[in-house]
Amino acid sequence: MDTLARRKKRTANIRRTMAITVMMLPGAIWLIVIRYLPMFGIVMAFQNHRPYTPNPGFFNNIINSPFVGLRNFEFIFFGDRAWNMISNTLIYNMVFIVTTTVIGVAIAVILTEITSKFFAKVYQTLMFFPFFISWVVASYFLFAFLEPTFGLLSDVRDWYMDPTGWPVILTSANLWKNVGFTCIIYVAAIAGIDPGMYEAAAIDGASKWKQTWYITLPTIKPMIIILNILAVGRIVMADFGLFWNLTMDSGPLQRATEVFDTYVYRVMISNVAGAADFATAAGLFQSVIGVICIIGVNALVRKINPENAMF
Amino acid sequence: MAKRKKFRMNKVSYASETIFHVIIAAFALMCIIPFIFIIIIAFSSAESLRTVGYSFFPTGTTMINFNAAFEMGDLLWRSFANSVFITIVGTFLALLISSMYAYGLYRSNYPLKKFFMFLMFFTMIFGGGLVPFVIVIRNLLGLADTIWALIVPMLMAPFHVIILRTFYRTCIPESLLDAANIDGAGEFRTFFMIVIPLSKPGLATIGLMTAIGFWNDWWHALLFIRDRSLIPLQFLLMEMQRNIDFFRRHAAMIGATNIDMTELPTQGLRMALAVIIVVPIAFAYPFFQRYIISGMTIGAVKE
Repeated sequence: MDTLARRKKRTANIRRTMAITVMMLPGAIWLIVIRYLPMFGIVMAFQNHRPYTPNPGFFNNIINSPFVGLRNFEFIFFGDRAWNMISNTLIYNMVFIVTTTVIGVAIAVILTEITSKFFAKVYQTLMFFPFFISWVVASYFLFAFLEPTFGLLSDVRDWYMDPTGWPVILTSANLWKNVGFTCIIYVAAIAGIDPGMYEAAAIDGASKWKQTWYITLPTIKPMIIILNILAVGRIVMADFGLFWNLTMDSGPLQRATEVFDTYVYRVMISNVAGAADFATAAGLFQSVIGVICIIGVNALVRKINPENAMF
Repeated sequence: MAKRKKFRMNKVSYASETIFHVIIAAFALMCIIPFIFIIIIAFSSAESLRTVGYSFFPTGTTMINFNAAFEMGDLLWRSFANSVFITIVGTFLALLISSMYAYGLYRSNYPLKKFFMFLMFFTMIFGGGLVPFVIVIRNLLGLADTIWALIVPMLMAPFHVIILRTFYRTCIPESLLDAANIDGAGEFRTFFMIVIPLSKPGLATIGLMTAIGFWNDWWHALLFIRDRSLIPLQFLLMEMQRNIDFFRRHAAMIGATNIDMTELPTQGLRMALAVIIVVPIAFAYPFFQRYIISGMTIGAVKE
């Protein structure tokens, strides 16, 4: 009787496991096809990739193309403008990380000091709005100011022909779109702080400034670190839409605005022989640096304070 | 009363708070002003454009740009229909896939949990890059120039799955599901009759974020769509901008600099289109932002 009950329970368990696995399947298949299969395509980075004429197909092409070692990677390091776009990507991302964090935290702190809940909510609503605007539409917003004939700032210079000022424009645009989101996360983190701490500090005579410095910032530090681990891990990835749409893909601006993702795309759609291999190599380089960065930063954080590490 | 006084006690001075208001109001206005600006431009008359250019204070107003936009006929309506279709179908499928995947990651006694978690997590830190992705969608799946090329690539977002799992964890006690199991309900029944109804706020959050992602997508159209009858609104807008810009640069190059830009039929029309695209988001946004904020803070803070 006892064994029967146990067996019954075990079959029930197996049936439950099967049922849940069936539920996982659509997602798992999606992950494998859309995220993992392209990883096999990485092989192309080391190949002179070409269609396998007897029976062309994703796998056949990969299996039958000759290997060329690291030749495709030379393109990244010795190609024209390559170092320029790599340094652009790194500098833009570092500036983005610092500005978004500093301004995001500052605004979150200020927002929580606003007594009127109504105003705080209105401000937050307005600041979050750009997050929902695509870069295509944002490029129209910018165009209204910079358009060479009618634009509000058209007298200053021919913006789409002159790279001067674009680093500032792109940094501002990035802030404009993303600060609202960052700010909301920090506001939530600040809202989770026990108000008693502030009251106790105030009774002991701590100024508001001191409270921010010694209570608010240390408490939200883990949040700041997690968001920045992710950001540093993406330091070689650029927001394609930002750099492609806002600049209208204008040639004269490229020196100041070309970044990794726009470069890869440009190589991919170009007619150079082996363009796809070069672009794959560039993409692989980007992914590998990304993984190294994310693991490195995480290890560093773990060393300093294990609790703040992401994994 | 005493409580209120104490509350006010640990506050910045009125002077500082006024300064805070000014700073943050200025920033908040900067976030919304570009949108207001293109609305004004879209309503500005050609006469006004000629005399004062794009201005916050046009000398005359007109409806002509919006009329022209609606007279674009097929091109506009078709891309509008495409955008609506991919948004609705995509959001529905994405919600179904993500909520089921999150369910397995949430059930504590599901033995394959770790495996599926890793399967998803790994894709968050490593990827094959752009070209292999394009080849898989285009050659392996053969989705180029079909509407599915705009839907399939965005059907799952690991970040959303994590938010949903966290939502289940905080809002649905597992003992409830175990009780349902003991009463003889299978996993599917438990999921659809208990988990889905209980996680409506979480699903609303993810659904809205996904819907906006689909509505705003132009990237996959840029990669996969050549057929003009399949392009979504965002891509239509992007293409129009490019064509005009190309014309302008080209005109400058061949020396025809004194072309009257107001003669270009789509100058104000494009601004009107941009307004038409943003309006659904702008109107729905104040209502749904509450859901999005609560969902994001649950997913982000508690993870």
